[in-house]
Amino acid sequence: MSAHRTVATARRVLAQLRHDPRTIALLLVVPAMLMTLLAWILDDANWQRYAPGLLGIFPMLVMFLVTSVATLRERTSGTLERLLSMPMSKADFVFGYALAFGLLAIVQAIIVGGLCFVALGLTMRGPTSLVLMVAVLDGLLGTALGLFVSAFAQTEFQAVQFMPVALLPQFLLCGLIVPTDDLPSVLRFLSALLPLTYAFDAMQKLAQNEVVSSGFWVDVAILVAMALALLTAGTATLRRRTR
Amino acid sequence: MNDHAVQLTNVVVNRNGILALDDVSVGIGFGRITGLLGPSGSGKSTLMRAIVGVQIVASGSVTVLGLPAGAPELRSRVGYVTQAPSVYRDLTVRENLSYFRNILGTRNADVDRVLEAVDLTSVQSQMVKTLSGGQEGRVSLATALLGKPELLILDEPTVGLDPVLRRDLWALFHTLADSGITILISSHVMDEASRCHDLILMRDGKLLAQGTERELLLQTSTDDIESAFLHLVDGHT
Repeated sequence: MSAHRTVATARRVLAQLRHDPRTIALLLVVPAMLMTLLAWILDDANWQRYAPGLLGIFPMLVMFLVTSVATLRERTSGTLERLLSMPMSKADFVFGYALAFGLLAIVQAIIVGGLCFVALGLTMRGPTSLVLMVAVLDGLLGTALGLFVSAFAQTEFQAVQFMPVALLPQFLLCGLIVPTDDLPSVLRFLSALLPLTYAFDAMQKLAQNEVVSSGFWVDVAILVAMALALLTAGTATLRRRTR
Repeated sequence: MNDHAVQLTNVVVNRNGILALDDVSVGIGFGRITGLLGPSGSGKSTLMRAIVGVQIVASGSVTVLGLPAGAPELRSRVGYVTQAPSVYRDLTVRENLSYFRNILGTRNADVDRVLEAVDLTSVQSQMVKTLSGGQEGRVSLATALLGKPELLILDEPTVGLDPVLRRDLWALFHTLADSGITILISSHVMDEASRCHDLILMRDGKLLAQGTERELLLQTSTDDIESAFLHLVDGHT
């Protein structure tokens, strides 16, 4: 793996995005719009209850979609094959994408978080910098999942259809709708295997406690481990040789 | 076989239950332009993929510049242009080349050199998706010229180009070959045979014949490669 090639790849991915202002606008504006809508329809108590978790869900959703379509394009257009026939390691490719979309996740989190804190009256007791960190980790998890899933899609149509498969169950089980402690034991066990559960829990902890608990750091450690494991699994789906 | 840049020995490739390459043994001479001719579906692209090392080979061996095909050391020494242009359509011509140059780790000036070689300097700031098919193909070709490739594998690089451009590209290939680069170039247009030093004829995944155009014409007592091809096919069946 080389830092030089990873950075070059990240810059290339960002250059592609720069030529596509509509996608950037969708990435940044849609989550902000949805949060505004949510603040509007909920009373304050419910807004304070639901908003922190959603701050952790948007980055994963958006990055999943962008990554699965972008890497599928690399697979089908032959550019991935070309890159892998050059002195490029698979890790350069994967971490290049992770770096580019990680940066994008930061910008998204600043815009959406800023809107929620400044204009929509959301209060989180924990430090804002940690809210940003969890959002970025979440975005990376979305990137990793999208990369992994793109290996099983043959068309962009299919890649988009994988979104409900990979993300909706996580959304239902993460604790947002029913607290995980109240779930039937089988579902509680399942929810403990899913990354979004920890992202949601970490955001809840930041919302409720001024002092950062060790439980928060356990969540973060699990998120980091899951992101790395998924990125590694995603790397394994890239093939230099095919049939 | 030290005089061969590429040597395939009894290569068999299975693609989706079909024998894409059926026991092919063939050598490609150093510094020569070898034309790989045959109808579409004859296994030309598969043979090229096997040489580049991206094709899983069922049996047989492929040696490239003295190393097994696909060896990591070969990745900066072999340039490969697929039939469909494999470049980023949502980047400009220059951005594409700059990125691949970065991956290869060559000098910045390399981009200007290859732009000039394929005559794309005037459109370098255009997005690839706004180019014509022929221009897009040349962006893909330019990418393969980056760095110092010793072997170029070009899959149908002249298809659909206007005759002037085709002539210019062939002149470029000969300049490259004169500088010592080995070139394997595929085509389903038999009349490109006369521009190559050596020929490999393929059909249905099998090697039909190999040699210079002259040798093949003499061997089959025909006047052009198309007739030679037909003669060989009839002889086989």
